[in-house]
Amino acid sequence: MLTRRRLIATAAAASAVPLLGRPVRAADKIKLAGIHAVPLENAWSSRVHAALTAAAKDGVIDYVYSESVATADYPRVVREYAEQGVQIIWGESYTVEGDVRKVAAEYPKIGFLMGSGGKPQANNFGVFQTFNHEAAYLAGVMAGKMSKTGVFGTVGGFPIPEVNVPVNAFRLGVKQTRPDAKFLIAYIRTWFDPAKAKEAATAQIDSGADILFGERIGTADGAQARNVLSVGNYLDYTPRYPKTVFANAVWMFRPIIDGFIADYRAGNPMNKDYSSYSLMKNGGNELVYAKDLVTPEAVAAMEERKAAIMSGKLEIPVDASNPA
Amino acid sequence: MMDALGILATASVWAATLRIATPLIFGTLGTLLCERSGVLNLGIEGIMTIGAMVGWLTVYRSGDLWLGLFAAALIGALFGLIHAVFTVSLGLSQHVTGLGITLFASSLAYYTFRLAVPMAASPPTIVPFQPWRVPLLSDIPFLGEAIFVQAAPTYVAIILTVIVGYVLVYTPLGTAIRMTGENPHAVEAQGLNPIRIRIWSVVAGSALMGMGGAFLTIAVFNSFFPTMVQGRGWICTALVVFASWKPWKALLGAILFGLFDAYQLRLQQVVAGAIPSQIFLMIPYVLSIAALVVSTQRARVPQALMQPFRRGEH
Repeated sequence: MLTRRRLIATAAAASAVPLLGRPVRAADKIKLAGIHAVPLENAWSSRVHAALTAAAKDGVIDYVYSESVATADYPRVVREYAEQGVQIIWGESYTVEGDVRKVAAEYPKIGFLMGSGGKPQANNFGVFQTFNHEAAYLAGVMAGKMSKTGVFGTVGGFPIPEVNVPVNAFRLGVKQTRPDAKFLIAYIRTWFDPAKAKEAATAQIDSGADILFGERIGTADGAQARNVLSVGNYLDYTPRYPKTVFANAVWMFRPIIDGFIADYRAGNPMNKDYSSYSLMKNGGNELVYAKDLVTPEAVAAMEERKAAIMSGKLEIPVDASNPA
Repeated sequence: MMDALGILATASVWAATLRIATPLIFGTLGTLLCERSGVLNLGIEGIMTIGAMVGWLTVYRSGDLWLGLFAAALIGALFGLIHAVFTVSLGLSQHVTGLGITLFASSLAYYTFRLAVPMAASPPTIVPFQPWRVPLLSDIPFLGEAIFVQAAPTYVAIILTVIVGYVLVYTPLGTAIRMTGENPHAVEAQGLNPIRIRIWSVVAGSALMGMGGAFLTIAVFNSFFPTMVQGRGWICTALVVFASWKPWKALLGAILFGLFDAYQLRLQQVVAGAIPSQIFLMIPYVLSIAALVVSTQRARVPQALMQPFRRGEH
C-alpha cells in the first residue's frame, strides 16, 4: 500500500530513468495519483478506486492516492503530487474547476484526467462524465415490465448532470415498457446520508412506488424494509440487498483510464472528453441483474434493446436536464 | 394517493417522525444535561460520529446490538471526559474545546474505521435493530402502527428523557446540577463540588450523544460511513435553545423536527414539480427557526452557561 517510503522510492527510481537514456514514456509503469474529494466508500469514488487498484495490480500503473480532500485543500494537493513527479493525476474538479485548471497549466508534462462538467483544455487536461446511462436505461426497461403499481421512485443526491443523466435514462427505459408510468423524485441534497435516503424512499413507497431507482445509498434499505424492489446505481448492490435490488446500472472506469494512459504513452494530446470510453460497447457500463428476482418478459425486453445498443442501432441520449 | 393534509392522517408519517427524531432526542437530551450544568458542548457532532462508529464496530465484531449501544455510550462518555477536563478542570474556552473535540472525534472515527475494516466498495453490514412491535399497544388501530412499532432504542430515548427530566426537577442531584448552571459559587457555598458536578454532567450528556450517533448505524442503517451524522449534532444544539433547556420540551422539539422532515419528504411526492425541491428541504429548518423565535421569548438561559468556575474567583 501507500507509504511515504515507497512513494519516495518510486519517485527516486523514476527520476533515475532519464539518466539511463531511456524515454520517459516507455512501457514502464505510469505513476498515477488519485485525488478523491470524499471517502472512498462513496459509490462513485469506489468505482474509480477499484479500476485504478486493478490497473495497479495489472502492472499498468503505480497508484498513490488521497481521499476526503476538502475543496479548499484540493489545488494544493494536486500541486504536491505534481511536484512529487507523478505522471498522471486523476481527480474530480467539479467544485474546483478554475483552480485545478490553473495548476494543470503549470505542469504541461503531466496528464490530468478530471471528472468535470467543463471542457478539456491545453494539451494535458482531459475530462470525463459518468456514462452509465445505457445500463440505467436497460434497468428501466426491466422495471417497466415488473412494476405492479406503475409508480417509480428515485432518490438522488443533487440535481446535477451526474445524477440527472442516469435518472432520465432510467425513466426513458421505463416509459418504453410502461407508457402510463408515473414518476416520483426526491433529492436529499447531500451525498452521504443513508438515513435520510431511506426515509425519502419510504415516503415514495407511501406514495405508491413499488420500484425505486437508488441513485443514493440508503434507498434500497427503505425498499427492503417495505418489501419492494430497487435498482442500484454505479455498483452491484444485489449482494448487499439480495431480495431487493434486482438490477444494477454498473459503471466501469477502467476503459477511460486505459484510454487516457494510451494517449499519454503515445504522446497524443490529452485534451479530450473521455466519456465515450464508458459506453456499453466499450465495456464501460453494464446491466447486472439478479436472475431470481426478475421475470422472463423483463429479461427478454431488456436483451432485445441491449443487443440494439451493442450493435449501434440504438443510442441512448445523454439527458442532463432536471427530471420533474 | 394522498393530498397535502391527508399525509398527516397516515400512520407511516408518524412512525417516520419518531425514527427521524430518535438520534435528535438522544443528542438534545445530552446537550441539555451539559448545558444545565453550565457547559456548552460543541463536541456533539464529533461525539455522535465516533459513537456511530464504535457502536457499529462493536456490533460488527460481537453481534450484540445492546453491547454496541453501550459501547457508543462509553466512547461518548470518554470524549465527554476529555471535554470536561479542558473546559471544567482547566476552565478553557468551551467553544474552542468543543469544536476541537468535534474535529478530533470525527477524524479518529474515520481513521479507526479505515484500520479496523478492509476497504470495500460498499462497507460491511450488520443486522440492525428491527422495528419491535410493543405487545398489545401495537395492536391499537392507527396509534399502534404510528408509535408502537419502532426500533428498541427509540423507546430507550423516550424513557431516558423521562428519567433525566425527573432527576433534574425532583431530586437533590438535579437541583445541584441546575444550580451549578446558574451559580456555581452558591453550590460551593452549600458544601458541594461544582467542578465534580459539571464533569459528571458533561460525561453523562456526552454518553447520550454517543448513543444518538449509534442509532444511525445500528438501527436506521447497517453500516458506518465517515460523514453520515450530517449536522444532526448542530440541530440538537439549536433544539436545546428551542426547548428553553427543559427536557420535555426537548423531546417535543426533536419530535417536531422529525415531523417536519417526515412531512416534507412526503409533500415533495404529492406536489412534485410544482415547487422547487430546495423549498422542501428548508421546511424543517425554517419551521424550527420560527418555533425557536416564538418559544424563546420567555426562555431562561442557565446564567452560568459558558462561564468557567474557578474557586475563589467571582
